[in-house]
Amino acid sequence: MSDISISELRAREAARKSPRPGAWTEHPLAQLTLVRFLEFVREPEALFWVFVFPILLAAGLGLAFRNRPADVLKIAAVTPQLAQALRAEKGLDVARMHAAAAQEALRTGKVALVVEPADASGGGAGGVAYRYDDTNPEGRTARLLAYGAIERAAGRVDPVPASDRFLRDPGSRYIDFLIPGLLGMNLMGSAIWGMGFAIVDARRKKLMKRLVATPMPRQYYLLSFVLSRLLLLVVEVAAVLGFGVLVFGVPLRGSLAVLMLVCVLASLSFSALGLLIASRARTIEAASGIMNTVMMPMWIVSGVFFSAQRFPQFLQPAIKGLPLTAAIDALRMNILQGAGLALLGPQMGVLAAWLVVCFVLALRLFRWR
Amino acid sequence: MTAAPRAALQVRNLRKTYKDVLAVDRLDLEVRTGECFGLLGPNGAGKTTTIEICEGLLAPDSGDVEMLGMSWNSDAGRLRQRLGIQLQDTQLSEKLTVLETVRLFRSFYEAGPAPSEVIALVALDEKQNARVGNLSGGQKQRLAMACALVGGPEFLFLDEPTTGLDPQARRQLWDLIEEFKASGRTILLTTHYMDEAERLCDRIAIMDHGKVIALGTPRELIASIGVEHVLEFSAGSAARPLAVSPLRRIEGAREVRSQNGSVEMLVTELHRAVPALIEELSRQGLPLTELRTHSASLEDVFVTLTGRHLRDE
Repeated sequence: MSDISISELRAREAARKSPRPGAWTEHPLAQLTLVRFLEFVREPEALFWVFVFPILLAAGLGLAFRNRPADVLKIAAVTPQLAQALRAEKGLDVARMHAAAAQEALRTGKVALVVEPADASGGGAGGVAYRYDDTNPEGRTARLLAYGAIERAAGRVDPVPASDRFLRDPGSRYIDFLIPGLLGMNLMGSAIWGMGFAIVDARRKKLMKRLVATPMPRQYYLLSFVLSRLLLLVVEVAAVLGFGVLVFGVPLRGSLAVLMLVCVLASLSFSALGLLIASRARTIEAASGIMNTVMMPMWIVSGVFFSAQRFPQFLQPAIKGLPLTAAIDALRMNILQGAGLALLGPQMGVLAAWLVVCFVLALRLFRWR
Repeated sequence: MTAAPRAALQVRNLRKTYKDVLAVDRLDLEVRTGECFGLLGPNGAGKTTTIEICEGLLAPDSGDVEMLGMSWNSDAGRLRQRLGIQLQDTQLSEKLTVLETVRLFRSFYEAGPAPSEVIALVALDEKQNARVGNLSGGQKQRLAMACALVGGPEFLFLDEPTTGLDPQARRQLWDLIEEFKASGRTILLTTHYMDEAERLCDRIAIMDHGKVIALGTPRELIASIGVEHVLEFSAGSAARPLAVSPLRRIEGAREVRSQNGSVEMLVTELHRAVPALIEELSRQGLPLTELRTHSASLEDVFVTLTGRHLRDE
């Protein structure tokens, strides 16, 4: 049935003095890691969730919350003189209208304010009347701006000189806040999903049992998951950060070495958490249930999309103890404020504690069949 | 000690329970070096539990397993290097190719043939770059075999290696197993196919309810029920049933079982039993609607011992 017979094979085997083909690529750890890597890249869905999804999310949110030029408020002026005076104010878009048309525009919300001579509605002669809805903040802002413009046009000199400085630097926009958050969320998601599904799947298909029946050292099996994660981590971090830097100009103020260290430690902690989640589950359904239960609260409270400071004070210690909070805080401090390793001590400590506790527990509980 | 054929596997007084089900009940077993030993029995007889304890995958509740003169408690690492194992329904990773899979398994063993050689041996050379997910059932089973052989094992465990395969794929696997046997190594095989056991096994233990109920070569086992032939026929109807008891008086009839109008008789001599049967039926005035005979097989041994068919349940 084949070109080679078993006895022939046996003879060749006996003739071969060197046992395992010596190359490091044939080492069980290298082979297990390679296989893990191949399995991942041959899974298009996984590639989407790990690489494409965070970029799409960043692009979408970055677009929605982009910094627009300060709003210009539309107002109506009833006389050409008033319109002229008001146009000196850059924050106002002034249209000249007849009284009736201006009233109509105000009522339908097309303008925030109508400026008219006071005598038109029975005020003092030469005065100006401001017609607006005082419950509408835009109306009140327009009133302030219009009032200043009219006063200055009439010759008022400000007793206290004032000048404006605008805060529009990269590093303090929403997208700058968001990118480290998404990076942290991505590190958590890919590590927990990557570990969890692969392990439970191998257990369900009895592949794990088959491997345990070989002389494979068991620690290599677990280690291969971690190593393949770290390989992918480089690409994953580069994708999200590269996108933020190139498209939105997010600044990288801290050292890249520290940034990488934070990412590696965070990924290891999340991998250990994933290992713990997958240590006993026999079905994908059970594992996804636990994963969602573990990850969902962190997506909400750990400051991915908005600051974790918004939660009540008494919850803060618990929130700060979560691995995702620690990861995101450390990433933000490094990326946005340029914090060095010394300042990241508490966050790194939290991550390291999760790593050790989860890993030790997972090894205790792990079900090999 | 050196001259005697030392047992490759020695199992003594093995017991294993799952919750309140007794899977293996004080089992003794000896597999000699170089033989192909078959564990035969219906589903749930305890075959897989027994084989997994011998493979060191399950711990018994009590009893001893001595594998290649070593014990799982103290020599697990060395033992694993010398065993080839094929488990029931393992699904290898579908996204890897045949070669990648065999290379992975090869990396676990200190010595053994090169991956490409084993792939050629199981005749998958043309498929070596195909994804496992695209292989047929028979090809997957041959790949599982390649993974079992890649460490150059002395002892091969095969747990229902041909279950679910088409006849051609089964024969291909049998050829492979026979070749392995011919190279002087030892095999422990479980199956619920009679023909497979009769063809491949030197000795067979028939298991039922966690116990060995018969042990011997296929010929010995068949001879042990004292009949050569089996007669199967149908006669009579619901309105005019066949009277079974006169059949027992036919010369050489050892056992007569009747079920839904079809009758199975174990007989020693066909040439006396058949004419006597036809005579009896014409005495009762019943036409013979079906008649088959075959030589007694392991299936008949099992039925005689337990009153059940192997494939029922």
